[in-house]
Amino acid sequence: MLYINCPHCGLRSQNEFAYGGDATVKRPELNREISDQEWDNFVYLRKSPRGKHLELWHHISGCRQWIKVERDTSTHEIFKTYKANEAIE
Amino acid sequence: MQKYSVFSLIKNAFSDHQNWEVAWKDPTPKKEYDVIIIGGGGHGLATAYYLAKEHNITNVAIIEKGWIGGGNVGRNTTIIRSNYMHDENGLFSEFGMDLWRKMSQDLNYNVMFSPRGIINLAHSDAQMNAYSRRGNSMRLNGIDAVLLNREEVQKLIPMADFSDNVRFPIFGGLMQPSAGTARHDAVAWGYARQADSMGVDIIQNCEVTGFDVSNGKILGVRTSKGDIKAKKVGLCVAGSTNILAEMLNMTLPIETHLLQACVSEPIKPLLDHVVTFGAGHFYCSQSDKGEMVMGGDLDGYNSYSQRGNLPTLQHVLTEGIAMFPFLSKLKMLRTWGGIMDMSMDGSPIIDKTHINGLYLNCGWCYGGFKATPASGWTFAHTIAQDRVHDLNAGYRLNRFSTGNLIDEKGLGTKTWIS
Repeated sequence: MLYINCPHCGLRSQNEFAYGGDATVKRPELNREISDQEWDNFVYLRKSPRGKHLELWHHISGCRQWIKVERDTSTHEIFKTYKANEAIE
Repeated sequence: MQKYSVFSLIKNAFSDHQNWEVAWKDPTPKKEYDVIIIGGGGHGLATAYYLAKEHNITNVAIIEKGWIGGGNVGRNTTIIRSNYMHDENGLFSEFGMDLWRKMSQDLNYNVMFSPRGIINLAHSDAQMNAYSRRGNSMRLNGIDAVLLNREEVQKLIPMADFSDNVRFPIFGGLMQPSAGTARHDAVAWGYARQADSMGVDIIQNCEVTGFDVSNGKILGVRTSKGDIKAKKVGLCVAGSTNILAEMLNMTLPIETHLLQACVSEPIKPLLDHVVTFGAGHFYCSQSDKGEMVMGGDLDGYNSYSQRGNLPTLQHVLTEGIAMFPFLSKLKMLRTWGGIMDMSMDGSPIIDKTHINGLYLNCGWCYGGFKATPASGWTFAHTIAQDRVHDLNAGYRLNRFSTGNLIDEKGLGTKTWIS
């Protein structure tokens, strides 16, 4: 069982959350010409690292906020959690 | 190579089975190979076998970080099927079914292929319509499919929950009678033994640490047993694909996720088929030892841990009990996990890459075992001829940027969502 520290609610079990995938992908800017390659990068290509991974989780059975979680994909250690709009150093 | 037969079995019985030849050697790597296959799982071993058998390329090495057959080929639920709707997947898998039927003879190794049939249960009228469409698509591609009504399903699997007051009543199902199971370890060992006998070097406990690429061409691989030159290199590493891709500065439409499976204590023969739950993600068959072999959802977040988490297992088995209430009386014998190369449309990639001489075989999601022979056969063709075969022409890497996705399940890019 993962225990995720929701920045809004505190420490909660994984059962309350839904996973939202890689949080580092950025949608291409609006209102400009976007190449197929840029869309490809955004929609399909993923680093999927072994080790530290910044990812989105949705506290769907809690405060319903989206949060960012920095987690190790091989040990499941959670290093830090952030609010969705929080700056990440 | 010593041929396995009833006569060799009897002969060796007289010497207490002490004089069997080793099934494959343990060679030290040569300086250079024509082809290096990275990954000694089912797909890598099959690729090496078909390179030797179909293309007469025998100066081949398989490099395996652990031991052969220790990854997903030894961790799956052994299901073999070709019940796909899309042409690319259906024709590819049905070609594989032919190879499965001949495999034990072809490899002189009993892979215990058991075409016991797979039944996908339907729990609504809409689902019956969808299965009817899928079944018709399958039949157009020459794959056997039978739509069963509730009574017909009940005759085949009377132990399922057919009571009146259930959340997901069984309306019927779609059956592929020629689908089935095989002994997964035997597949790896059979391919390894034959590949070895034709001159392929199987190098175990040898980790790839880097690649030698110059002017857009592959020159060799760096390993924990030294640098090895190669004219061509094929990647067959499933869930570890992204780790190697990073060494090559490639970003792929692949995420690595964890899938669990489990077996119960053995019980007397009860379940003749492979059965899948239609209102969730659960599948079940009975092994020759009598264990109920079960699997279902991915754990649902990127993972390289090869070890599962309890909430998913609990969820999967809840579905199992909804389908087969008797499962609640059984004790679990083992659970385990393997890491899956989840592609962004749920279909695999067998293709050349932008690096000359580097070939890619990945994206099998949780359906890699059944594809073992067809994947090896087409990947060997792609490597040997430096072009894709008609059978894997849909499995190109560029289909994501060109929009030619093979979205069998209609799940979009988040193929790990259950």
